[in-house]
Amino acid sequence: MKGKVQGDYRFRQCGKEALIMLALFVLNVVWWYGFAYGLGSRPVETYGYVLGLPDWFFYSCVLGYLVFSVLAWLAVRVFFRDIPLDDTHTAEGGDGKQ
Amino acid sequence: MNEQALLTTLVFVYLGVLVGVGVYAARIRQKEGGGFIAGYFLGSRGLNGFVLAMTLVATYISASSFLGGPGTAYQQGLGWVLLAMIQLPAMYLTLGILGKRFAIIARRIKAITVVDFLRERYDGNKLVVLSSAFFVVVFLVAAVVAQFIGGARLFQSVTGFDYVLSLILFSFVVMIYVTLGGFLAVVLNDSINGTIMFVGTIVLLVATVKAGGGTAAIVQQLAAKNPELLTPFGVKHFISLPWISSFWVLVCIGLLGLPQNAVRAMAYRDSRAMHSAIVIGTVVTGALMLGMHLVGVFAQAIIPKVTVTDMTIPTLALQVLPPFLAALVLAAPLAAIMSTVDSQLIYMAGTIIKDIYLNYINPSADENCLKRLSQACNILLSLLILALAIKPPSLIIWVNLFAFGGLQAAFFWPLLLGLYWKRANAAGAIASQVGGVLAFVWFSAFVPRPLGLHPIVPTLLISLGSFLLVTALTQEPKCETIKKFWGYAED
Repeated sequence: MKGKVQGDYRFRQCGKEALIMLALFVLNVVWWYGFAYGLGSRPVETYGYVLGLPDWFFYSCVLGYLVFSVLAWLAVRVFFRDIPLDDTHTAEGGDGKQ
Repeated sequence: MNEQALLTTLVFVYLGVLVGVGVYAARIRQKEGGGFIAGYFLGSRGLNGFVLAMTLVATYISASSFLGGPGTAYQQGLGWVLLAMIQLPAMYLTLGILGKRFAIIARRIKAITVVDFLRERYDGNKLVVLSSAFFVVVFLVAAVVAQFIGGARLFQSVTGFDYVLSLILFSFVVMIYVTLGGFLAVVLNDSINGTIMFVGTIVLLVATVKAGGGTAAIVQQLAAKNPELLTPFGVKHFISLPWISSFWVLVCIGLLGLPQNAVRAMAYRDSRAMHSAIVIGTVVTGALMLGMHLVGVFAQAIIPKVTVTDMTIPTLALQVLPPFLAALVLAAPLAAIMSTVDSQLIYMAGTIIKDIYLNYINPSADENCLKRLSQACNILLSLLILALAIKPPSLIIWVNLFAFGGLQAAFFWPLLLGLYWKRANAAGAIASQVGGVLAFVWFSAFVPRPLGLHPIVPTLLISLGSFLLVTALTQEPKCETIKKFWGYAED
């Protein structure tokens, strides 16, 4: 029976959005590890400083926070679509909808 | 007026506002009408972006982000801030992975709780429903007791009242507004609490940097004290790589398996609410995590002799801020506790009423009866938890983390695979729940650091393995279930 179910058109878009969030997450993980352990594993005496903070920390945590907040915003803006959540697209449809 | 009297007054004003919101929410609900169950337990799926983001953040973030977490950062330095920042993706991941797909299906099947969703997805299997409801109640009771204890202690330290009186006051406030206003009161109060946490964090961060003479000066002082505070590894390599990596599972990916979080992903009004909640939620979570934990580290340079590290933030706030602003910062952990407890309480009541009572005891209950029962259920649960919290067990954070991991073990795969894998069936879901929870308890008790990891990592692997294995050996789910979850709407 598996192949016979006609897919809801909205689920394709949902799947795409979920994959994009997953990609953002993977990028986030790489960024976090890369800067924290790439720069932070050196001896403390050789650390550089940005805005008074050790460079590994600044790039991994402070800049990472800003970058991924902006990327989350961008991803939503560019790839996410305004699709109806109710099956019946009329005003009185769905359960308990206002 | 002395400092404590001022703080006490402010705390009472704050509690008064929370109760007021409860009354207000009850009014709104009455005016709107509509189905009682969807209104009381899910706010009629009407959350806008800001409220959705705030309630998700506030439900997840507990007092440990303001007390225990910064306390450990105080001892371990920047490595612990790095650990805290693992939570940055939590909101975009929870909302993004469950996604609109979850919201669409929840509407289609009229799901009010996560267990509702699982029941429909796993062919109405009674065992799935009962074991899910059982884990929700057991783990959430444990979690709420721990939070009540924390809340009462905090209340005690701010007002100077004794423990039991603090506990009673604290729990009665939560009980009243949750009982009166239901989910709507919870999410509105979560928005207030989330805002308090956010503003409190920013204010304290700015004041701390100022008091320490700027970040460069503070960091130099830390370096002079112990250079290890500036590394990602903590003092004496306390933060090992496998251990910190486990937190990507425990406090980031795993969060979408927590039913009290996931239920919010079916409560938003429309696509746009979800879009803006992803952005707001991420910005707020990041600010709270980065801000509070960084303040914990910086505190080393300003108040170097803290002995009870959980008190780092309160002590620092009283030191670097004028009393009125200090009160705001002291309110933040209280707000965090309130907003975690209220969500867990209403979720438990929802599970008991919707998943147990309406499914198996009295499917034809009328609205009035449901209303009275739901409110009675909230009151009884609060009183039970209050009674349990009067003689507090010691290791608060341990109990809390145990419940936290247990819920993830029980719900992560049944929810995720149920949503994305057609073949997933009831037998697999039960195997995954039982296998996962048993594994988590076993690892926590006997092998707390398997291969240097947190128990949640092998737990979720075992729970996935049991799911796949048992599903492969048993029948595929019913055709109409697949149609409902993957196909067009019927009509």
